[in-house]
Amino acid sequence: MREIDISTVTEAVQRLCLEANYVAAPDVRKAFELAAEREVSPLGKQVLTQLLENMRVAEVERVPMCQDTGTVVIFADIGQDLHFSGGLFSDAVNEGVRRAYTGGYLRSSIVDRPVGKRTNTRDNTPAVLHLHLVDGDQLTMTMLAKGGGAENMSQMRMLTPGDGLDGVLNFVVETVERAGPNACPPVIVGVGIGGTFDSVGTLAKQALTREIGSEHDDPQIQEIEGELIQRINNLGIGPHGFGGRITALAVHVEIAPTHIASLPVAVNLQCGPAARLRRVTI
Amino acid sequence: MLDLRAGDAVEISGVVLTARDAAHQRLIETLDRGEVLPVDLAGQVIYYVGPAPARPGAVIGSAGPTTSGRMDRYAPALHAAGLRGTIGKGYRSDVVRQALVEHCGVYFAAVGGSGALLAKRIVSAEVIAYPDLGTEAIWRLQLDRFPAIVVNDAYGADLYSTAKGEYRRDG
Repeated sequence: MREIDISTVTEAVQRLCLEANYVAAPDVRKAFELAAEREVSPLGKQVLTQLLENMRVAEVERVPMCQDTGTVVIFADIGQDLHFSGGLFSDAVNEGVRRAYTGGYLRSSIVDRPVGKRTNTRDNTPAVLHLHLVDGDQLTMTMLAKGGGAENMSQMRMLTPGDGLDGVLNFVVETVERAGPNACPPVIVGVGIGGTFDSVGTLAKQALTREIGSEHDDPQIQEIEGELIQRINNLGIGPHGFGGRITALAVHVEIAPTHIASLPVAVNLQCGPAARLRRVTI
Repeated sequence: MLDLRAGDAVEISGVVLTARDAAHQRLIETLDRGEVLPVDLAGQVIYYVGPAPARPGAVIGSAGPTTSGRMDRYAPALHAAGLRGTIGKGYRSDVVRQALVEHCGVYFAAVGGSGALLAKRIVSAEVIAYPDLGTEAIWRLQLDRFPAIVVNDAYGADLYSTAKGEYRRDG
């Protein structure tokens, strides 16, 4: 049994939040450089160049790439042989969020209740936490700062087995088309297929935590991802919706076993310009 | 505004006001009660933005556009109250596009996700109404060569639909 003090978690979360907002991850930057080379629309190319310049400015000045510094979503893989001392895990995570957002000039974007007075919590807490027990004695935290614009354009639907793969593909493409410029394209498309009503959305979000352009180890999923990105980039929406051939930087699909009667699908959109993801193992 | 056409790339210099969801709700409630608005909208442009906090010495924190569609339900009444233009990102409804034609208005898009860069084109910023709303307060911003694209003009044109058609491929 390994024991770590909960303050280690707070410090790690604080660092994740700051770096994710100030510095574009290498895979995001690389995807934009490639897109800027490939985009044929002049206005689209100009937008991509502007976004690369924005990443440079944010990193140098230590300011967030986007004013919407997002909801903090953390997937925590906790080794079964690890013990936290000195306080509650969720409190420690929220303290890390609080320190980063109030001390790091990040915007507080969370309101305490969804309907009624909607008072801003002023420190961007609480974070959304997904806890998973895994082998070993380590903690791995994968953190996303999820902006509201792309999140609002995400969709889920309870399809049924007869809708089949075609039904799934059409739903994904329709969701990206309906989102259009609202989701700040070029986007990263996270797709969850299978599971239940509650789990499929998490699966779609988990799909967003893969490295951009990484290959899925299941050949059928690889094929689905290939077809989807082609269909999406044929829509013509382009960077920021000003027209072009690059609407998505990547489509990541994850699947899960499901009920004999069910075919749930969720599409979680991530804006490319401020795709903020960081991972740490302690 | 009548010289501007969908697809034009422009640089905006001068004063604009900011407002997003919460401020719009209050403005409309004020109009519905028949009271005077805390800001004069005549001939004004509203920028849909909720800026990040400024670092010491900076005018403003990152300040890119938010999704305009959420303000569609409020925009026609504000155009009727004198508003001439809006800056944001994303689709506008048919009703808003119609209001732009009726009131000779224009909708501009700034590039979403480039808030660090756009903040450099804001030379002064002060809160002028609803300070309790924090980032959602109404700010008065002085812009200097702020880059934007005309999406919807006073003649009913829509860049988003024409641009998409140009690059769309079947299959």
